[in-house]
Amino acid sequence: MSEKEIKNLDEIFEQRIARDEKIEPKDWMPEKYRKTHIRQISQHAHSEIVGMLPEGNWITRAPSLRRKVALLAKVQDEAGHGLYLYSACETLGVSREELYDQLHSGKAKYSSIFNYPTITWADIGAIGWLVDGAAIINQVPLCSTSYGPYARAMIRVCKEESFHQRQGFEIMMTLAQGTPEQKEMAQDALNRWWWPSLMMLGPTDAESVHTAQSMKWKLKRKTNDELRQQFIDQTVPQAELIGLTIPDPELKWNEERKSYDFGPIDWDEFWQVVKGHGPCNKIRMEARVGAWEEGEWVRDAAMSYAEKQQNKKTKQAV
Amino acid sequence: MMNKENLIEYIYSIADNSLILGQQLSELCGHGPNLETDIACTNMALDLLGQTRSYYQYVAQLVGANKTEDDIAYLRTERQYKNVLLVEQPSTHFGYVIGRQFLFDVFHLLLLEKLQFSKDETLAAIAKKGIKEVSYHKRFSSDWIKRLGDGTKVSHDKIQEAINHLWPYTEELFDVMPADKEAIECQIGVDAATLKESYVAAVSEIITEATLTLPETKWYQRGGKKGIHTEHMGYLLSDLQYMQRTYPNMKW
Ligand SMILES: [Fe+2]
Ligand SMILES: [Fe+2]
Ligand SMILES: [Fe+2]
Repeated sequence: MSEKEIKNLDEIFEQRIARDEKIEPKDWMPEKYRKTHIRQISQHAHSEIVGMLPEGNWITRAPSLRRKVALLAKVQDEAGHGLYLYSACETLGVSREELYDQLHSGKAKYSSIFNYPTITWADIGAIGWLVDGAAIINQVPLCSTSYGPYARAMIRVCKEESFHQRQGFEIMMTLAQGTPEQKEMAQDALNRWWWPSLMMLGPTDAESVHTAQSMKWKLKRKTNDELRQQFIDQTVPQAELIGLTIPDPELKWNEERKSYDFGPIDWDEFWQVVKGHGPCNKIRMEARVGAWEEGEWVRDAAMSYAEKQQNKKTKQAV
Repeated sequence: MMNKENLIEYIYSIADNSLILGQQLSELCGHGPNLETDIACTNMALDLLGQTRSYYQYVAQLVGANKTEDDIAYLRTERQYKNVLLVEQPSTHFGYVIGRQFLFDVFHLLLLEKLQFSKDETLAAIAKKGIKEVSYHKRFSSDWIKRLGDGTKVSHDKIQEAINHLWPYTEELFDVMPADKEAIECQIGVDAATLKESYVAAVSEIITEATLTLPETKWYQRGGKKGIHTEHMGYLLSDLQYMQRTYPNMKW
């Protein structure tokens, strides 16, 4: 193809996106579009499956059968999200094995929030309420992103995430209305998860590298700071409703902006965790790599068995 | 009408298997060999814990005194759990998970197929609903027995090792305890001893197809039905009961 032809294709492509048309796997797309999407979708898929670990922690110790079953179902949903997203990513011509390799070697990133420990039962409530809550704010705009398979996966994912968010809030509410010990447990979890949840919406706009391009491709429709503000404005009244205190002394309603002003975020902590030095980066990766390596003989067996069965069939056909 | 204490004991002998196996499977969530298997194992855990809840809600109702399913699940001593030793065996590796599941599923399905005709309507209803779920479990575990048995040399050896370890725990499935006797007489319970022949036939068929063998042994392990458990059980219950023991009398 000549340079001119490519330029032409590029233009047609950008026009399609501007017209809100979906890009499908077989359509021509610029290499940069493909790479950016592989990066973002796989990062999202990795977050889903690494995210299973901190919550999975509490399945065996859930305080009631009802909570145990609900948590188990939630963590299973996250596995399902991982599955849809890996599949969406595979349509861009990359295999699941390659994607796992990138995760396991540390080349690919996942959401840093999962590098914090879940040390009490209330953390399960806090994660559902805040982390799934922040995820929804991040993801709802993606339901209308330009890449078809990603947009469709996000529609399914978002429905389930809002269920998770309500379930998490309900756990927190029950604790907040419980005994003093339970209320303290809930407040402590909020104290620990609040700031990491704000960081989850990404670095402040001044430091965000990908935003302009991503906006054009509808991978992003609002800036990180806008999303963060939306999350805060939505969550503060919920905390008030159940009598918990947001751990930010500078948090204050701003009548002029019709929004909450909030205190400074510790971006040093954010970068420390992103760069691999959070409290649980190491154990999360060890758990993922461990499960993958320990599962190798099982996957090999399944493959070898399937081949044998296939051979038997062909022989019978002959 | 059956003596209430005996009926409760009889329900424990069925329900506790679902609880303990469900608890064991739920521990694996997020650590499976691939996402699809992870999701499938979690599904089985969800089914088993769902069954557990139905049984325990019934027990709570029988006990009265404002007891709940959670009192039944969490607040007994180890000696009061009546699950068989088979389901409490550790998940040493995926071969053990599948072997344990398979050897229990075959029994579980035979049991529920009979229990659906119980004169106790609640038990009959729980069994009927469970049959669909457990048929799926049995298909899943049988398929994996074949994949591992007739997969690679490594997988063959690993699953054979697991079967060799687990097989001596199967005999207990057919023991009839004093409470069972009354349940059988009242046509509420199933005579487990009568399931043995079909069990051995069904297990052998899959094991043979998987190019595996059942170990020859005259020595069997039993005790769970009397509440005498293996050392692993205490750790399992420590996790299970942790919250209820640490924070008694609270709503979650
Ligand atoms: Fe997500
Ligand atoms: Fe998710
Ligand atoms: Fe979620």
